[in-house]
Amino acid sequence: MSDDSSAGDADVDLPEGVERRTFGGRQRLSTRGAQVYGEPVDADGWRAWDAGRSKLGAMLELGMDTGLVGGESVLYLGAASGTTVSHVADFAGPTYAVEFAPRPVRDLVGVAEDRDNLFPLLKDARDPESYAHVVEAGIDCLVMDVATRGQATVAVRNRQFLADDGRLLMAVKARSEDVTAEPDDVFDDVVAELEPAYEILDTARLDRFHADHLGIVARPK
Amino acid sequence: MTDAWFAGADPDDPESGATRVRTGRASAPADWPAEAVNTGFAADDTDYYAKLRSATLAAASEAVAERERADDVQLAHAVRAMDDAERTANELAERVVEWAGTLYEDVPRGLDGVRDIAARDPKTAAEERVVSYATRAVDLLDERDDLRAFIEERAPTTAPNLAEMAGPVLAARLIALAGGLESLAKKPSGTVQVLGAEDALFAHLKGRATSPKHGVIFTHEYVRGTRQQDRGSAARALAGKLSIAARIDHYSGDYRPDLHAELADRMATIRARADEEDDE
Repeated sequence: MSDDSSAGDADVDLPEGVERRTFGGRQRLSTRGAQVYGEPVDADGWRAWDAGRSKLGAMLELGMDTGLVGGESVLYLGAASGTTVSHVADFAGPTYAVEFAPRPVRDLVGVAEDRDNLFPLLKDARDPESYAHVVEAGIDCLVMDVATRGQATVAVRNRQFLADDGRLLMAVKARSEDVTAEPDDVFDDVVAELEPAYEILDTARLDRFHADHLGIVARPK
Repeated sequence: MTDAWFAGADPDDPESGATRVRTGRASAPADWPAEAVNTGFAADDTDYYAKLRSATLAAASEAVAERERADDVQLAHAVRAMDDAERTANELAERVVEWAGTLYEDVPRGLDGVRDIAARDPKTAAEERVVSYATRAVDLLDERDDLRAFIEERAPTTAPNLAEMAGPVLAARLIALAGGLESLAKKPSGTVQVLGAEDALFAHLKGRATSPKHGVIFTHEYVRGTRQQDRGSAARALAGKLSIAARIDHYSGDYRPDLHAELADRMATIRARADEEDDE
C-alpha cells in the first residue's frame, strides 16, 4: 500500500504493488519490474506508470474503484506491445495477454521474457474459443483495451472467463465504433449492450489522459 | 478427452505444447491448472505456470516470425522503403544542386544534376564534400530502382491477379495500405476504391466535403486515363475487380484470365461514353 496516497486524486486504495512515488519532482503511479518503454525508474527499482500512455493507468489515476488488490489472475485483451500489461504483470498474478497484430506481439514477447507470470497470446479477442484451451476459467479481472468496432460484443463474449465476483475493466474508444458519431452517444450504446451481461459499477471519461475514451468498471450478472 | 493446450504434450519438453497453443480450440475455458496437476502434466501450480510460460512464449514467437516473414508483409515493406528512398533522394538532390551551383557553373537541375555532380572529379575540399554527398543520393536512387525490381519480381507470385490488374507496384501499395493481402481481401470494394484517400474520406464522413472518388488507384491508367466525368465510374469498376482479384489471390492463388477480360470490357464501355458524346 502507498504510504503517501494523499498526493493523488484518489481516496480509493491502490492495489498492492502499485505505489505513488516521486519521479522528476512529481507524484506518479509506479510498479516494480523490468523497464519496458524508456519510462523513468527510481533507485528502488520502481518504474513510473504513464497514465497518458495507459488507459488502465488513467483509470487508477482518476481514482476509479477498479477492485484490484494485487495478485489476481488477469485476462488482458488488446495488450498491444505490452506497455500497460507489463505494469499489470508487475502487481498481478497469472496474466494472459491477448493481441491480434503480429508486429506488436514481437515486442510483447520481449516484455514477457522478463516476467514469469505474463503469457503472450497472438489471438483474436473476437474469437475466444481460439484461446479458451489456454486461458483458465475463473479469472479475477478482465481488462479490455481493444480498438476495434464492437467493443461491447467482445466484452460479452469474453465474460465466460470471469469469476462470478470478477471485474471487467474496460476502456471504450469512441472513434473505434464510429468516427462521425458523438462520443456520448457511442458510450450510451456500449453501456446498453453490456447491461444484459454485466452490472455497471462505475464509469468515467478518461479525457484528461485519453481523448474520447470512457472507462468502465463492471461485474458479471 | 480434454481440449486443454497441454493435452498430448510432453511434460519434459517445455515447448511441445506450443503447437497446440497456436492451433488448439476449446468451446469454453476450464480450471486448466488443476486439470494439469490432476493428470500429472504438472507437479503443482508453480510448475504449471512455468510450463505454460515456455509454451506461450514459444508459440507467440513462432507465430509472429511466420506472419512477419510472409511474402505480402515483405512486399508492403519493400514498397514503403521504395517510397522512402525516392523521397529522401529528392530531398538530398535539392541540397546537392543548390550547393553545387555555388561551386560549378553548369549544374543540370533535379536528379540529372545529382548524377552529373556525383560523376565529377573533386578538386577542392568543398567539392569533395558535395560530390560525396551527391554520391549518397545516387546510391539511394539505385536502391529505389533495386526495390522496384524486387517488387516487380515478387508481386506476381504473391498476388498474381492483383499484380496483373494493378501492376506490381500499385498491387504492393494496396497491400501495404490495407495491412496485408488478407486484410485487403476482406475489405469491401468501396474501401479499396478510397484506400490512400483517408483524409478526404474522413472530411466527407464529418460532412465537410464530397466523397472521394479514388485513392491510390488514381495512379492506374484506367482511372487517370479516363475523362474526368467518368472517373468515378472507372474507379468503382476497377476497385470492384481489384477486390475480387485480391480475394482470389488470398483464398485460391490461381490466375484467372476471365477476370481481366471482364474488366477490359467494362472499361471499354465506360470510355465509349466519351466517343458517343463526341458523335452527337
